Amino acid sequence: MAFDQQQKRDFKVVGTRPVRPDGIDKVTGRAMYGADLSAPGMLVARVLRSPHAHAKIVKIDISKAEGLPGVKAIVTSADLGRPEDEALRDTQDNCLAYDKVLYDGHPVAAVAATTPEAAKAALAAIEVTYEKLPHVTDVDAAMKAGAPVVLDGRAYEEVPAGWSQNVTNHCEFGHGDLEAGFAKADLILERSFKTEATHQGYIEPHACLASVGPDGRGELWCCTQGQYMVRETCAGILEMDASQLKVTPSEIGGGFGGKTTVFIEPVALALSRKAGRPVKLVMTRDEVFRASGPTIQSSTDVKIGMTRDGRITAAEATLRYSGGCYPNMTCMMGAQAAFAAYDLDAVRTYGWNALTNRPKEISYRAPGAPTAIYAVENVLDEMCQELGLDPIDVRLTNAADKGTKSSYGVTFQDIGLKTALEAAKAHPHYSAPLGPNQGRGLSCGFWFNFGGNSSVTLSVNTDGTVNVTEGNPDIGGSRASISMIAAEELGIPYEHVRTLVADTASIGHSDTTDGSRVTFMVGLATIKAAREATQKMCARAAAIWGIEPDAVEWIDGAAQPAGPNAGKFPPMSLAEIAATSLKTGGPIAGHCESTADGAGVSFGVHLCDIEVDPETGFTKVLRYTVVQDAGKAIHPDYVEGQMQGGAAQGIGWALNEEYIYGEDGLLQNPGFLDYRIPVASDLPPIDTVIVEVPNPGHPYGVRGVGETSIVPPLAAIANAVSRAAGVRLHELPMSPPKILKAVMAKG
Amino acid sequence: MVKVAIWGSLRHATDGAAEVEVEAANFKQLLDRLSADYPGLKPQIERGVSLAVDGKIYREAWFTPISPDSEVVLMPYMQGG
Repeated sequence: MAFDQQQKRDFKVVGTRPVRPDGIDKVTGRAMYGADLSAPGMLVARVLRSPHAHAKIVKIDISKAEGLPGVKAIVTSADLGRPEDEALRDTQDNCLAYDKVLYDGHPVAAVAATTPEAAKAALAAIEVTYEKLPHVTDVDAAMKAGAPVVLDGRAYEEVPAGWSQNVTNHCEFGHGDLEAGFAKADLILERSFKTEATHQGYIEPHACLASVGPDGRGELWCCTQGQYMVRETCAGILEMDASQLKVTPSEIGGGFGGKTTVFIEPVALALSRKAGRPVKLVMTRDEVFRASGPTIQSSTDVKIGMTRDGRITAAEATLRYSGGCYPNMTCMMGAQAAFAAYDLDAVRTYGWNALTNRPKEISYRAPGAPTAIYAVENVLDEMCQELGLDPIDVRLTNAADKGTKSSYGVTFQDIGLKTALEAAKAHPHYSAPLGPNQGRGLSCGFWFNFGGNSSVTLSVNTDGTVNVTEGNPDIGGSRASISMIAAEELGIPYEHVRTLVADTASIGHSDTTDGSRVTFMVGLATIKAAREATQKMCARAAAIWGIEPDAVEWIDGAAQPAGPNAGKFPPMSLAEIAATSLKTGGPIAGHCESTADGAGVSFGVHLCDIEVDPETGFTKVLRYTVVQDAGKAIHPDYVEGQMQGGAAQGIGWALNEEYIYGEDGLLQNPGFLDYRIPVASDLPPIDTVIVEVPNPGHPYGVRGVGETSIVPPLAAIANAVSRAAGVRLHELPMSPPKILKAVMAKG
Repeated sequence: MVKVAIWGSLRHATDGAAEVEVEAANFKQLLDRLSADYPGLKPQIERGVSLAVDGKIYREAWFTPISPDSEVVLMPYMQGG
């Protein structure tokens, strides 16, 4: 049997709920975040940002600022080279604008000074001459011929002629005969939707401490989802050897995809190199909103045909996404995900990306999927209403299953959508009565998940405890899961294992923590490392017993003779073997540095009840239930946390969160007072149901769970609001003024 | 020969064919062959693609074996948050 093939087994540690290892540090303030480290002689940095949505930089004069007291270094893009690689060049230009500023808040220069006050004074003394350019912040406007051009010459070869130069990507997925499919339908609905960009809303702003010595060697401490990504990006921009830049990830106060790139790290390193002193750079919340990754803004058309008994005969969607001022591939993910939940004979999706004068889009949990599936699930719900059909029954009728050719071309292996739908239907929530002005919404959700590269070292300490060292920042409980997997494989208590996230010099490359990959991939690597360590421990026991290594096997945390012919020896525990390890051949460790694929897609189903106040348009979420296939939940508390967290963020996206740009192209609401994320009092208890349909590509059956949960809430809430208000809404967020307007228009 | 499904907007590079056949025994050979036989695919392959083999999605892993009866689907390079 292949190593990564799912096998049935009785788990002892996996599936239990031990105390989380980071809890005490986080609630007592002992955890060290990005801004918590200081160094002798440290300078503080501040960034000068564009006050315009779009402008040519004619001149930057730093002469007055340089002479101010306490100012030790000022950098602009002139202090950096021009990378050949286009993607790296875009990242660099996003950190320090080159010849144009492309959005409100685009960094132009940065200062390192002895005090924050001196840095602030220097920013005011930097003279930037701009030549303002016309701007565009709306995706539909940006696609039209004649729209202000954000960057020219960036369209990929698949974009047909005739579009604005802002249109950089086009994609198409699907199969079957749409015309024939729609001809079979009893009902065809076509609707258009629009969603605003939202921010990941992590609690911790981007923060780093950089130090570059006169010998060119650098150290960087920062909050990130990927220290190796930071190292490679910064080394590329600063033309350093990767080996000479050590990046240490701090504890991370939320990422959700927003910390999968760099915004300030190359700037802090460049300032440190110029000043010859350590430099700390911490973004303000205003800067986080204006210049770090929001999601896409979207505009979507959906057309679905259905028979009167609820079978979808054809489905088509056109997705227009804006990922801000640089090209990106997010429309491709949305176009693949839009109809992934359904088994369709005729389906087609078209994706477009257009540049706008907005900050560069960065992933936010399942990038591209929530807005696409919001539109699809909204139309499906309206069709269920028109045809008088049960929403879950319709989804069960059409649900993808093992053997379904997905809308993006791949035939599914074992998947848990039907199981999740049946669990949702059986849940008391689905049949609970509703009161006046209340509505119930439902949506399916989907995410791909992937594996990638990671490195793990598992060290057996002489006291019988174990350390696992790995290279992926823990954004969702992976240290607990990895410790549990190690304990399961080794047959020792969870409390005997501690997992640590290492810096870039201490362990081999690990891809960024994203794509719901860490529990899957680092877990796999941990299993391999643990099995290597148990092999070594069996060999040590064999040497002590004077028998052949292959006559020993590892059972229940101990080396044991493999059969009666091996001889009679009492089991030798991990602790006993560890205690003599320095005399029996040296330290014992297992390693794994590898690539893993076969992550297994994940489906979820969300149910929600809401009440709309017809006098004010205010929406209250009364009840919320998340059902999701986890394959195998390693630590169910964390899985439930991911499900609840995604739901909470999706509720915010659906009801209140939005980037609001003025006519001048400037962001109107860069702060939590005006950008309204849900707080505890906005949310009901979020019930969770974990279903486990094992992923055949993992020995325990694990699937990634971190992203799927943000996909369904947009449509679940929208469908509930539409049913409660008696009128369909086609824009997000459904803030009170929009709902009130729709209710009043209905009369 | 391996049959490879090509997503819609790349079919400009395959004379409209939704599926092409190439001689390849693993992921790397398949990408090299596609780039050579269909030069219009090369820019996308260089920007990044994933490959689904019998329902499993691979982002990297050049030496993943592919057999002639495998279902092989070219996909965009997976990204996530």
